[in-house]
Amino acid sequence: MAERRGAILAWRVCVGAVLLTLWQGLVWLKVLDPFFVSRPTDIARRVIDWTLSGSIWQHLATTLEESLLGLLIGSALGISLGFSLGRSPLLARVLDPYITMLNAVPRVVLAPLFLLWFGLGIWSKVALAVSLVFFVMFFNTYQGVRDADRVLVDNVRMLGATERQLVRHVLVPSALTWIFSSLQTSLGFAMVGAVVGEYLGATRGLGYVISQAEGTFDTTGVFAGMTVLAVVVVIVSAGVTRLERWLLRWKV
Amino acid sequence: MTAIEFDRVSRDFAAPDGRSYRALDDISFTVSAGAFVAIVGPSGCGKSTLLNIAAGLLAPSAGRVRVDGEALAGLNRRATYMFQQDALLPWKTVRDNVALGLTLGGVARPVAHARAAEWLGRVGLAGFGEHYPAQLSGGMRKRAAMAQHWIIDRGLMLMDEPFSALDVHTRVRMETELLALWEIRSAESLALQPSEIRSAESLALQPSGGRAQPSGGRAFQASQIRKTVIFVTHDLEEAIALADEVIVLSAGPSARVVARHAVTLDRPRDLMELRTSPAFIELYRALWGVLREEVARSQRTVEPPRG
Repeated sequence: MAERRGAILAWRVCVGAVLLTLWQGLVWLKVLDPFFVSRPTDIARRVIDWTLSGSIWQHLATTLEESLLGLLIGSALGISLGFSLGRSPLLARVLDPYITMLNAVPRVVLAPLFLLWFGLGIWSKVALAVSLVFFVMFFNTYQGVRDADRVLVDNVRMLGATERQLVRHVLVPSALTWIFSSLQTSLGFAMVGAVVGEYLGATRGLGYVISQAEGTFDTTGVFAGMTVLAVVVVIVSAGVTRLERWLLRWKV
Repeated sequence: MTAIEFDRVSRDFAAPDGRSYRALDDISFTVSAGAFVAIVGPSGCGKSTLLNIAAGLLAPSAGRVRVDGEALAGLNRRATYMFQQDALLPWKTVRDNVALGLTLGGVARPVAHARAAEWLGRVGLAGFGEHYPAQLSGGMRKRAAMAQHWIIDRGLMLMDEPFSALDVHTRVRMETELLALWEIRSAESLALQPSEIRSAESLALQPSGGRAQPSGGRAFQASQIRKTVIFVTHDLEEAIALADEVIVLSAGPSARVVARHAVTLDRPRDLMELRTSPAFIELYRALWGVLREEVARSQRTVEPPRG
């Protein structure tokens, strides 16, 4: 198993190295114009510059703060509504068309509205992240509550559970398995929301850095911004995977 | 003393096409306290429906059920119900699962855990308390489920083909253990000794739940004898091997009781030997004559929805 993991890691590095070499090589051979696609060495240098000068940290911190707030608020709202509707089929049927309608609205269209409502600061970005995270969490919670195994419910009731105990011991854990398995998706959405929000109008954040670079046709800056974002996502998502494995440890 | 009485119980279901479909039709029988009754019938005849009604999970469309003489309304709080499927909560450890009936009832966690540990030992799962259900084999999960239900000690035990998913050897072992648990009641070796009763709290923990009830005398006696068991199975051999009485249901729809047959084999029974004894074989022949017809009938009719 450990051997296999090592082999997979080696292959991963290979794939990355081949792609980057290809990129660098094609630019070097003048097949690609560095004005449009930059080159890996320049991008790496830029990322190192940013890190060493420390200029990137405040942007990164802003983006992470917005994402985290978006994730927390969106989850809280989505989970509560999912739970309420899961427990009340009548309410679910009444609200169903509205939820479908809201979910169909492209969030990019909402971003300028949020800017107008919440200003250029972090809250317009948080709102955008919330609008994305909310639906993932809502649908998963709703599904989890409704899909709670009938036999588990009956068994616990026969063992003497009150309605509240039923919710606590069966319905919540059942929904949590769905919620945890969607953490990864929600986190991705939260970051997308934050970055897109910054991109459209902000004074700080990775999205702001990227849009500034684009404004001056600085492709190296654009790619460097994307690189930082990508690395952060990989690190955070590895953390989430670990958390998820611990929370769902009973699933062998 | 009657533990549970089915009084002209019928149950209808709405079929997918909107018409009403009668699963059980006018079922009447009584089970006396401390008896082990097996219900057999072809698959889809409504055996599970009957148990769900006895458990109070399902209301009869007509007729009524009386438990200890009282009409049943809502959940049957004097019964435990062991399902055919796995019903352990997958996110709780085996120990927490076994203790669940106690903790739900407000018993303090350390006390409940101590009792759960005792029961885990009794069903051969000592040392598995910290495992999650998914880490156990099918047979071990059944043992845990058995402990989960025996620990709360109610007078009536409903069992819906609890061992049908197990391989044949594990199954005989589980049947043997079930009988041992059930028969041991008369010897009272499961009861806590007075010295073990430490506080009012542990009153609710006594294996003979009847004693904790203020209504006293009669329940006291009944629980001192044995639990009443209603055991549903499609396997006639299993039914005869375990039960004092076998009730045969007809093929559905509109299943009725077509035969009741007392099983007079001596107890304690050796399930390994029993199946080849002449008395067992004779009983099997007599009952199979009835059941065979119903099975054939159920195969002629279109497979009805399962209840």
